[in-house]
Amino acid sequence: MTTTLWITAVIVAITLGITIWAARQTKTTVQFYAAGRKIKGWQNGLAIAGDYMSAASFLGIAGLIAFNGYDGFMYSVGWLVAYLTVLLLIAEPIRNTGKYTMADVLAYRMSAGPVRSAAAISTLAVSGFYMIAQMVGAGVVLHLLVPGFSFRLAVVIVGVLMIGYVVLGGMIATTWVQIVKATLLMAGAVLLSIMVLSHFGFNPLRFFDAIANVVDKKSGLNFTQPGILYPHGKHVLLGPLTLDKSTIENVSLGMALIFGTAGLPHILMRFYTVPTARAARHSVGWAMGLIGAFYVMTTFLGFGAAVLVGKAKIGNTNLAAPKLAEFLGGGPNSFGGELLLGFISAVAFATILAVVAGLTLAASSAFAHDFWMNVIRGGKESEREQVTVARIAAVGVGVIAVLVAINLPTANAAQLVAAAFAVASSGNLPVILFTLFWKRFNTVGAVCGLIGGTAVSILLIIFGPGLNTVPAAHPAFALSNPGIVSIPLGFLFAIVGTYVGAALGGDRRAQAMYPEIEVRSQTGIGAEPSAVVERIPTAV
Amino acid sequence: METRNRTAGRGTRGDPDGRAGTEAGPISTSKWDALAASTEFRRLITAKRNFIIPAVAFFLVYYFALPLGNGLAPSLMNTKVIGNINLAYLFALSEFVMAWILAAVYIRRANRVFDPLAAAVRRLAERMGVGS
Repeated sequence: MTTTLWITAVIVAITLGITIWAARQTKTTVQFYAAGRKIKGWQNGLAIAGDYMSAASFLGIAGLIAFNGYDGFMYSVGWLVAYLTVLLLIAEPIRNTGKYTMADVLAYRMSAGPVRSAAAISTLAVSGFYMIAQMVGAGVVLHLLVPGFSFRLAVVIVGVLMIGYVVLGGMIATTWVQIVKATLLMAGAVLLSIMVLSHFGFNPLRFFDAIANVVDKKSGLNFTQPGILYPHGKHVLLGPLTLDKSTIENVSLGMALIFGTAGLPHILMRFYTVPTARAARHSVGWAMGLIGAFYVMTTFLGFGAAVLVGKAKIGNTNLAAPKLAEFLGGGPNSFGGELLLGFISAVAFATILAVVAGLTLAASSAFAHDFWMNVIRGGKESEREQVTVARIAAVGVGVIAVLVAINLPTANAAQLVAAAFAVASSGNLPVILFTLFWKRFNTVGAVCGLIGGTAVSILLIIFGPGLNTVPAAHPAFALSNPGIVSIPLGFLFAIVGTYVGAALGGDRRAQAMYPEIEVRSQTGIGAEPSAVVERIPTAV
Repeated sequence: METRNRTAGRGTRGDPDGRAGTEAGPISTSKWDALAASTEFRRLITAKRNFIIPAVAFFLVYYFALPLGNGLAPSLMNTKVIGNINLAYLFALSEFVMAWILAAVYIRRANRVFDPLAAAVRRLAERMGVGS
């Protein structure tokens, strides 16, 4: 396994070089949190793609398809279509009204203290679930590929590197690590896809004939057919209704993906790194091209692993892509097999590093910018102090994530990510949408939406069948994807909170500020400029 | 606290912390009300709404038709279209094409129609002395 180690070491060395270069230009808060808002649209598009194509999607989806066939591909579909919500509703208004964090947008109309505290909690919850998932994934994969590395050591290595990137290089280093990673990941996926197709004479029909020959023993369905991951025929009671469980799980999963992406703090934060709303829009366009191309290729990676390697030889779901690479290179212990396995494993490792760096930055900014600077210090803090606090927060977030991940070696990465999407879609998205588009929305509504949506989605996951936190036979909540219940509840909390707040005497500022946020979010008047002083973006 | 929040995000150029905005004091809200009610701004909002609301409705219906179809009409979705490639897979693949086309149409429309309309609002704001 020395090949794996060497290739990984080279990639890590490149990212550390980037970090040292970035550290020299990271002095002010706008550089630390937002890379000086000087990232170009296409660069940000690559970085969004890099931030988004996590261990869960590269290793996870390939594994889900390799083990469950078609149903796994539904994740790929949802994760791309989700960007339409981001593009049409969220990206440009966020860039126009915010500064560094999601809470900046909310605090425009609402009372800063309560709203920033609540948003910091939901941000830490989303980023925490997401980060632990990545680190557990990194630990398991690294340990299996390089048996010399224990699970704990692997998690600690990931933790030290991600803290290094963020503390030293801030958003500039994080962005470029993501760009490098996205490029490597796309190259790896294209290479593997071509190699898979070459086994079928580049004829998709022959490829699908082979997929149709793979049959799931339990359901008797072949891998081109839906219904293996969430089997047909089971029913679920949802209030007074009896519904087909398979359909509800898939719709519920889709809801969390479609509405969750637009509420992920580490993705929203990326829109502050570009100079204008127009650049934010173009960066989503680039990201959708790349992410979509990658997820289409999961067809070849996932089904390819199912057909060429087979479930039995893959063993662990997270290892479908690496095992496929080993097979395509010439099989275990061959030179080509070692080389390709090494390359794909190193890409997976780089993927995890880039994603956790983005998450650490989002979590530390929620703490340092929203909670520490604006709530505790009342917004009065020097530039130097703020960057220092943000760096200390990044170390703290990193250390806590390592400590939690070390103790969760058996946690299911895909389920933890699903929890992150559930919180983001039920807690964050309703509040962001209402802040931007609903005149009557107020502080009480925002706090109720954030806290209520976050709490409900976490509770439904704990009491559901996914995390094995309750006896599996009769979970208190039947669905492993809570979105179909928690997302409407998130909206409901925000609405009820708003009317309660209005009845309690109202929130004059939230109403009075609406025309201003409406105009600013749609036109970019007075939006935060790039760190370049000379350029005036009025003529955009 | 209110004043500070209100000016958060109103940084003057070269003042990334927005503190200069705080010192200058908040711009009176009535000017923003006037701007929000202006013909220029309403024209922008109407144009955006007329595009975005139908676009969002369309992609939500198109997207959720896939899991609903797979769940409620499995035999239809399992129909083989070309060789062993079935309707369920082709529908899933079409979601990618749908997302790309809709994104491209939106970006084109925003560049050509929404941006000039927003620029008109910004010019009006400058004349009114609102904004940065």
